[in-house]
Amino acid sequence: MLRRACLVVFSVVGSIAALAAQQPPGGFVPIEQLPPSEQLPSAPLLVAAYVFVWLALMVYVWSVWRRLGRVEAELRALEQKTRK
Amino acid sequence: MTKRYFVPLLVVTAAMFAYAPILIANAPYESTMGLVQKIFYFHVPSWFAMFTAVFICGIQSAIYLFRGRAASDRVAAAAGELAVVFGLLGLVTGPLWGRKSWGVWWQWDARLTIALLLELTFIAYLLVRKYGGPGSEKLAAAVGIFGMANVPFLYMSVNIWRTIHPPTSVVPTLPAGMPGPFWFSVAAFMLLLTILMTLRVRLEQQRAALDELYLALEE
Repeated sequence: MLRRACLVVFSVVGSIAALAAQQPPGGFVPIEQLPPSEQLPSAPLLVAAYVFVWLALMVYVWSVWRRLGRVEAELRALEQKTRK
Repeated sequence: MTKRYFVPLLVVTAAMFAYAPILIANAPYESTMGLVQKIFYFHVPSWFAMFTAVFICGIQSAIYLFRGRAASDRVAAAAGELAVVFGLLGLVTGPLWGRKSWGVWWQWDARLTIALLLELTFIAYLLVRKYGGPGSEKLAAAVGIFGMANVPFLYMSVNIWRTIHPPTSVVPTLPAGMPGPFWFSVAAFMLLLTILMTLRVRLEQQRAALDELYLALEE
């Protein structure tokens, strides 16, 4: 009888403890309800991504243009030298 | 032929890149990520351009390695450099998007790690070509083929392993209003890749001509 009563008490206490563990913590606030100071703004990340893409492509085009200009100038100079 | 189409292609690409931000700004907001999701319109096309450059590099490297065609090696060198450039765009824009939508800049999961490895493989390709000494073109060609073999693993990684990156089913199932700006951006990036490839191959051709001239002078 005593064993059965203990089993019931343990089962009830265990179930309540498990249920309590599943409750969301008291301090939970959905991200949309956070004050603006605690939210991560999207605009700077978006602007940074687009600025990086444009800048990187411009730097690369400039780099290819410069290398091509240098090689073509060297080629012209060498061709003139060989003609002489 | 190439000269005839280069300027019109350049004008069309510049116009598309100027118009793309307007289209993207008017595209609908994604319900959970909001504004930051608009990085998608440059991030994914960067990877499309990178994969194309990687395939060009790998295929041309194989042709050079097995048939010894020097022109293929020049095309592979140009494509290898462009793979690094477009890969860098993808690797920088991805974490900027991830910081907001995942809460972290980077995660060492299968997709992100393989993407980084692919970028490093093509940086290695360029380093081998530049500092490998005589005969390094053949070693670089093998690296290029190895890099190309990584692409299917990178593409399928999100469907095979558990990652925080969205799966490949995102693009075919885009909501109404998003496919237009997205495919427009893809077309702009592909045209840009074509223009940069043309310029970069021309640089390799001129370098080869310069080398031949120096050799002729020495003889």
